[in-house]
Amino acid sequence: MSEPVSTFQNPAGTWSQAVYDVLKAQNVRLVPFVPDGGHRGLIEHCQADPDMRAVTLTTEEEGVALAAGAWVGGVRSVLLMQSSGVGNCINMLSLLKTCQMPLVALVTMRGEWGEFNPWQVPMGQATPDVLRAMGVLVQRVDDPELLPGEVDAALRLAYSTYSPVAVLLSQKLLGAKKFGGSK
Amino acid sequence: MNVSRLERRAVMAQLLEERGGLLVVTGLGATAWDLASLSDSPHDFPLWGAMGGAAMFGLGLALAQPDRPVVVFTGDGEMLMGLGALSTIATTRPSNLSVVVLDNERYGETGSQHTHTAAGVDLAAVARACGFERTTTVREESDIPALRVNLHAGGNPLLAVVKVALTTDPMTLPPRDGTYLKNRMRAALLGPRAIYE
Repeated sequence: MSEPVSTFQNPAGTWSQAVYDVLKAQNVRLVPFVPDGGHRGLIEHCQADPDMRAVTLTTEEEGVALAAGAWVGGVRSVLLMQSSGVGNCINMLSLLKTCQMPLVALVTMRGEWGEFNPWQVPMGQATPDVLRAMGVLVQRVDDPELLPGEVDAALRLAYSTYSPVAVLLSQKLLGAKKFGGSK
Repeated sequence: MNVSRLERRAVMAQLLEERGGLLVVTGLGATAWDLASLSDSPHDFPLWGAMGGAAMFGLGLALAQPDRPVVVFTGDGEMLMGLGALSTIATTRPSNLSVVVLDNERYGETGSQHTHTAAGVDLAAVARACGFERTTTVREESDIPALRVNLHAGGNPLLAVVKVALTTDPMTLPPRDGTYLKNRMRAALLGPRAIYE
């Protein structure tokens, strides 16, 4: 049985390379992630780089604590997750706010534009409010052409002001996921 | 039933002898108070919250500072909340990270309710199943010196469960300002550039 083909898997060569280049230029060396189809290309670029460490997590909150420890030790991280993972991070984000620690999270959005799965809607719709409630600055991006510049700005904002910053990659930017063909 | 006679602060004190450059992270609650009763150093990072995150914080620190040994002291309840971290640490394989669980089989801060380790959940066995090649369960004081040496030995990640008695210890508080804890450790590890970065 073949696996369903997802239209959501960001093909290499659209924005992944440009965002990876920004992470390199900004000296990001640790990339913890819970995978998402939208992040696939970026994850693969990071995994192929011997000077970067891509760390698979069992839950997104692990990445918050990991990035905090790494930054205390002098290493910058960018955390990759889907919007559903934001809910898993809530209490752990108190670490960043209390200690004024920087972090950039790139969050691929679900539960909005063109979504097919009703179970994704509650967390997707709550994502920006939840992040802001926990002291995370939010930048939403709809245009893939603007994404590398937005990520660069997020890194500058985070590391210059000791703030956690989430860049929300909208579902419109990524393309809505479809399963099972059209009827 | 927990019949250990090991006293948690005596255990931590022995494990921190001849500490050298050892970096110490603790989970929230008793292990933080234990550390504060023994040490208040720029090489200490006691967490006051972020339950379930101590081992991952230690992993981040270990990856960023590969030439320094890092030990995470935490409790059984805190470790149980972040069990997935054991698989992430085992697969990431830092060469300088130890996790020491001071296991009294209780949620000691909230009325000594049983944790799952009281019912037999074996955190060392969980760690082995996750791929930790170095695990130990310590029940006797005579085993502490060897564990202390192993915290400095390097190699694959180490998980040690130390079964400790249920004790009532004076509450000794570490600094509670997270920005102070952060800045003093960064300055100690990274020098002045940590402040101007």
